[in-house]
Amino acid sequence: MSRILKYRELLLVGIIVVLVAIFSSRAPGFASPESLANIFNDTSILMILALGQMAVILTKSIDLSVAANLSFTGMAIAMMNAAYPQLPLPLLIVMAMGIGALLGAINGLMVWKIGIPSIVATLGTLTIYRGMAFVLSGGAWVNQTQMTATFLNTPRIVVLGLPLLGWAAILVIALIAIAFTRTVFGRALYAAGGNPTAALYAGIDVGRTRFFAFVLSGTLAGLCGYLWVSRYAVAYVDIAAGFELDTVAACVIGGISTLGGIGSVGGAVLGALFLGVIKNALPVINVSPFWQMAISGFVIIVAVLFNARQEKRKGRLILRDAAKSRPPLAEVPVEGAAA
Amino acid sequence: MSVVHAIPEAPAPLLEMRGISKSFPGVKALDQVDVALYPGTVTALIGENGAGKSTLVKILTGIYRPDGGEIVVDGAPVHFADAEAAIRSGITAIHQETVLFDELSVAENIFLGHAPRNRLGLVNWAAMNARAAALLTSIDAPISPYTRLKDLSIAHRHLVAIARALSVEARVVIMDEPTAALSYKEVEDLFRIIERLKRQGKAILFISHKFEEVYQIAERFVVFRDGRSIGSGLLSQTGQDEIVRMMVGRSVDHVFPKVDVAIGSTVLKVSGYAHPTEFDGISFELRRGEILGLYGLVGAGRSEFCQALFGITRPSAGTVELEGRRIDIRSPADAIAAGIVYVPEERGRHGAVLQMPIFQNISMATLGRTTRAGFLRQAEEFALARRYAERLDLRAAALSVPVGTLSGGNQQKVVIGKWLATRPKVIILDEPTKGVDIGSKAAVHAFMSELAGEGLSVIMVSSELPEILGMSDRVMVMREGRMAGLWERDRLDAETLVRAATGNA
Repeated sequence: MSRILKYRELLLVGIIVVLVAIFSSRAPGFASPESLANIFNDTSILMILALGQMAVILTKSIDLSVAANLSFTGMAIAMMNAAYPQLPLPLLIVMAMGIGALLGAINGLMVWKIGIPSIVATLGTLTIYRGMAFVLSGGAWVNQTQMTATFLNTPRIVVLGLPLLGWAAILVIALIAIAFTRTVFGRALYAAGGNPTAALYAGIDVGRTRFFAFVLSGTLAGLCGYLWVSRYAVAYVDIAAGFELDTVAACVIGGISTLGGIGSVGGAVLGALFLGVIKNALPVINVSPFWQMAISGFVIIVAVLFNARQEKRKGRLILRDAAKSRPPLAEVPVEGAAA
Repeated sequence: MSVVHAIPEAPAPLLEMRGISKSFPGVKALDQVDVALYPGTVTALIGENGAGKSTLVKILTGIYRPDGGEIVVDGAPVHFADAEAAIRSGITAIHQETVLFDELSVAENIFLGHAPRNRLGLVNWAAMNARAAALLTSIDAPISPYTRLKDLSIAHRHLVAIARALSVEARVVIMDEPTAALSYKEVEDLFRIIERLKRQGKAILFISHKFEEVYQIAERFVVFRDGRSIGSGLLSQTGQDEIVRMMVGRSVDHVFPKVDVAIGSTVLKVSGYAHPTEFDGISFELRRGEILGLYGLVGAGRSEFCQALFGITRPSAGTVELEGRRIDIRSPADAIAAGIVYVPEERGRHGAVLQMPIFQNISMATLGRTTRAGFLRQAEEFALARRYAERLDLRAAALSVPVGTLSGGNQQKVVIGKWLATRPKVIILDEPTKGVDIGSKAAVHAFMSELAGEGLSVIMVSSELPEILGMSDRVMVMREGRMAGLWERDRLDAETLVRAATGNA
């Protein structure tokens, strides 16, 4: 399996390189280091959210509330900054992650303790969290002028050619990669999704693992709440509307199995980058944003087909290893079959 | 136990397979086999796993086509192009795990795919329900055609599967291990249905691992070994020893290699264990090196008790002492840490995470020992995995390949290695040889003896009397959630245990 995943990651890298090459032939400068750094920076939030989504999907669940969570936390943190400009930024970021974690924990508790299917639970909280953002703000916007300069500009500080926003994504990717491959929690994510019964009998608490996956997803959504509001310099109820589907798309394109237990951090990151390249490239070569959506949709379906074919290939391998491959069909002439 | 049935007078076979061969790349699955099925007669097909039984069933039901030989029905040769052609010839099969649909009604399950239609081509519900009711009555099944399948017990689902098989004007009925999931009482019910089918003149091919059942219900037998038909004839003229000899090609003297082990002091003491709905008043002691058989009918609460002992469910009363210390087991992790492990039934499905590499599966129940502060230490995981892979003679290209790429036997070893790696004091084996052929059974039994010899204490849940009698130092019987008795090895006999389990004291 790891070989197939590696193959999938290499394939994605290849596709992204080819895309960049094609786009730069139409729009010189597209492949310049500044432009590429800009694309990476622009995709940071999607990459971070996709990693939270990946943790949830690994445990055979889905978190549809990430964008609503982002919207509520972004609104809360922007209003906090507007009302108390003296609060230090690190404290605000910690608060954003705390609020996000809390909202994620609500999802997790519903799935763990009440046993509501995650798609239903998070569909409910998707609406509730957006509604809470509306109630909190009364429908009003928090504008650029109301927020402090530190709050707005810190993620834009360029270090070694990349803004801090991009560096934040790199830090999160590194931490998540370590957490998923080198910690007991990461192992539990894969085991709980790969075979929940086997995990249970091996002493892994599947429900609690799933709960912490939702908490992780919520925490990262909270962090992105701040990153989003500072990047676009405005907070209102509808920010990132529908963005939860982009996070799922990034995971699916990156080879995270929706059946749970399969997928790599590299895959999810590359899936997000792929979407980022398309999104940034098409306007450069004068393709309408509607085509962007159609192309993204097409790619998702191709990716799912690709995943399904891999599953099938796995089945054939097992049969072949048992030295009982299926007999060739339709070689015997059919005579008098309709007895 | 065995009842000798009168052999029907007309010896002309209803269906005959002559010189059937079937090869797959690299494997000759069937080599010139002959099987004859007679009307009103049960023919038992006996053979170890891999002897070619399922290939034969697949040829008979039109799923595979034979490379050579012929199938003759009523004296005329037939060729099955597909499964439907076999059904049209009146051949139907009830499989080990029949696929039924939980959310559909009993009648819909019976007629799925061939529901009676009205003139508009729509489903004729009245006719379908009426025919389903008639079919169910014909096999004495007390089930309404309108019931949703999910509301039925396992045994009643089985009756629905039988009704489904009979709904196609069947003349030849193939039953592939039909009793595997049934209790003693349910097997009796099934046998009554088979008797009825016999009286209707149907020819039945009965596949089972259990000799008592074969002798009870069948008149004729065919033994397969390595894809050949080794012998056939009347069961009334053939002893069990002779059939075992045909199956394995040698006489099996020690089916149960129980090694006498010096039994030490008490390791586990369970007192007054109870659960609000599943079991009550379970008390026993388990000593070092002892194998305690846990016998009872399916549904007697044995697995439920073991799951509570392992921390999957919580008991409502009772205490557990391990090596004299009272322990409180709140989760499987607690049980594993204390030294109690539970190897569940259906190790294929519940045992391994197939996508994960071998070493991660072996270390899965022991992550506490290969981690520091929540971080995994891969070198130690590999060392642990290598130790148990060597001990169990695991055949794999590398320890980093996914378990799903291994053969069934090697997957089994990974699962066992995972449990041994926890260095348990008490190991609970739930139906360790269910659905396993004789050769592999002996290996499992030898392994159990080896574990006991190393000082482990074993609780073996089993529904198979010969296994319970052959392997246990002591036997506890459960009936309807309560202890029905506890016997030492020298006081064991089959009749006592069956009486205790069924309540015919």
